[in-house]
Amino acid sequence: MTYFLQQALNALQLGSVYALIALGYTMVYGVLTMINFAHGDFFMVGAFLCFICVARLHLGFVPTLLVSMAGVALLAAAVEFSAYRPLRRAPRVSAIITSLGVGIFLEHLTLALSPYPQHIPPAFTNLNWSAGGLAVSSLQVVTVLLSVGLMAALQFVVARTPLGIAMRAVSWDRETAALLGVPVDRVISATFAIGGALGGAAGMLYALSYPVIDPYMGVLVGWKAFISAVVGGIGDIRGAMLGGYILAAVEIAVAVALPSTYRDFVAFSLLIVLLIFRPYGIFGRPRPQKL
Amino acid sequence: MIAELTGSIPAVGASCRNAAQLAAKEINDAGGIEMEGGKKKMIELVIEDTAAKADQAAAAAQKAITRDDVAAIVGPNSSSNALPAAEIAEKAGVVMIAPWSTNPKTTLDAQTNQPKQFVFRACFTDTFQGHVLGKFAAEILKAKKAAILYDVASEVLKSQSELFKQSFEAGGGKVVAAETYTTGDKDFSAQLTKIKQAGPDIVFLPSYYTDVPLQVQQAHRLGLKVPFLGSDAWSTEELIKMCGKDCDGFYLSNHYSPQTTNPVTRRFIASYQAAYGSVPDDVAALTYDSFGLLKAALAAAKTTDRRAIRDALSRTTDYKGVTGDMRFTPGSGDPVKGAVILQIKDDKFVWVTDVRP
Repeated sequence: MTYFLQQALNALQLGSVYALIALGYTMVYGVLTMINFAHGDFFMVGAFLCFICVARLHLGFVPTLLVSMAGVALLAAAVEFSAYRPLRRAPRVSAIITSLGVGIFLEHLTLALSPYPQHIPPAFTNLNWSAGGLAVSSLQVVTVLLSVGLMAALQFVVARTPLGIAMRAVSWDRETAALLGVPVDRVISATFAIGGALGGAAGMLYALSYPVIDPYMGVLVGWKAFISAVVGGIGDIRGAMLGGYILAAVEIAVAVALPSTYRDFVAFSLLIVLLIFRPYGIFGRPRPQKL
Repeated sequence: MIAELTGSIPAVGASCRNAAQLAAKEINDAGGIEMEGGKKKMIELVIEDTAAKADQAAAAAQKAITRDDVAAIVGPNSSSNALPAAEIAEKAGVVMIAPWSTNPKTTLDAQTNQPKQFVFRACFTDTFQGHVLGKFAAEILKAKKAAILYDVASEVLKSQSELFKQSFEAGGGKVVAAETYTTGDKDFSAQLTKIKQAGPDIVFLPSYYTDVPLQVQQAHRLGLKVPFLGSDAWSTEELIKMCGKDCDGFYLSNHYSPQTTNPVTRRFIASYQAAYGSVPDDVAALTYDSFGLLKAALAAAKTTDRRAIRDALSRTTDYKGVTGDMRFTPGSGDPVKGAVILQIKDDKFVWVTDVRP
């Protein structure tokens, strides 16, 4: 029993990070119907900002979190302004290709600064509790609580604030929203910034949990988070969270039952099967076609 | 010289490059190598990067042979890179010495399983290393139950694990869990939880130094507190820097110990430290030995003819290297030489014991 609880806890920790990154994909898609493939690399930048704060500047947990979130939020808004905004009226595929380019640019910029994988010392004294053979660390608790807290905060912003209303309006019909006085460009910048901040937080939590980071760490994790978002129903906040936890649970279950080479294969096969039956994801709905 | 200068194990590439430059400089400062007719030839070093990728390793070997027209190749280091490069070198008939590639297959022909003609190495093989570690765990550490965690996508780590299991169980122990992961994984919690469940006395972890800190720290977080045992893939200072206190007291097998009293080794360590300000790791020592072997072969052959270099190298019977004495048995590219067991203590690799073949 403890063994299964321990494995469930492992899945919960990993799933929290996936869910946070998946939110970044889902928000940008929800508002712009664009997939920002550079998001995994935003996450990587968050991890490196965490490294700079903790290993070089010796900051504590809270300042590090603020720097990682604010830094990646700024980066995301800047990328949106310089790389995606000029393509707003171009075919959607142009923006997607640009986002792949931005991702590769960020990876190689980081690589140019240092080719060495970096190690991050603990940002706070990690307490380990043990209860009846079940090991829980304060890092796990912080990761899960902070992720859930950020997701709840996001849900609140989208559902209850003027910015959230504007985001939903832009998501529904960009042209009409503009005609009705919604500052579309600013709303889109804000969407990117919030998605970036969540990616930055995820990068930091991931970097503290798995403290060896490298410039390519965002690629695979980014793909996994993207797939989580699609499985949950891209554009839907609850869906992104659920997708993240489902993927992590499947991954851990496969690693327990099969050799690890099967992990990604089985995890992604299951997701493809799920999409055959629910092509818009668990919470997704087909968008009405505009004529 | 071909090495993993960027990619997943850049510390290995940097050590290899440093040692290669030191060796070339020393040979050239001494006036080069005497060729037929008394003419002296200088070593000209061509450096290629593999980015720790198999395809780039093959491309680098191809480029060195065809475009740079090299007399011989030293490197690459990791077996996953050395294997494809060795195929190219063998086909082209160019001597290649892999300093650090311990996989038995590096020097064997893929089809016939016979030794390759032109591929040599400066290190012992996994057949020897896995055996040494299994024996050490069973006989000296007196472990009864061992768990293994290894990268199933890496040929070398897989074969080390199998050989460890063989000799550990031959020594009276039992492998209670053999878990796997795949290159690039960062989360090992599922596998480590399973290992903890199996209750081993020791964990054999033949991972590269970039994965070890993650695995060890996650194990400690899960409350798995038994000694870990690693291979030569652990043996860089970077490991201690990244792993810190978590790796204290752990054991690994290695090619040489910087604490040796061997004068040849001491002289090399001193000149390496003077040049780069750090103690050379095993990759550096083995690269230096690769150049030493090559120099001896060139001096004996007195020509840069590729076949003559090969013949001279395979006749090396008594080479006094910084990683110990070595010789080649006729028809094999694998040297006959010993290993050492080190322990990590207070942020240093400390010598524990020597193991002779």
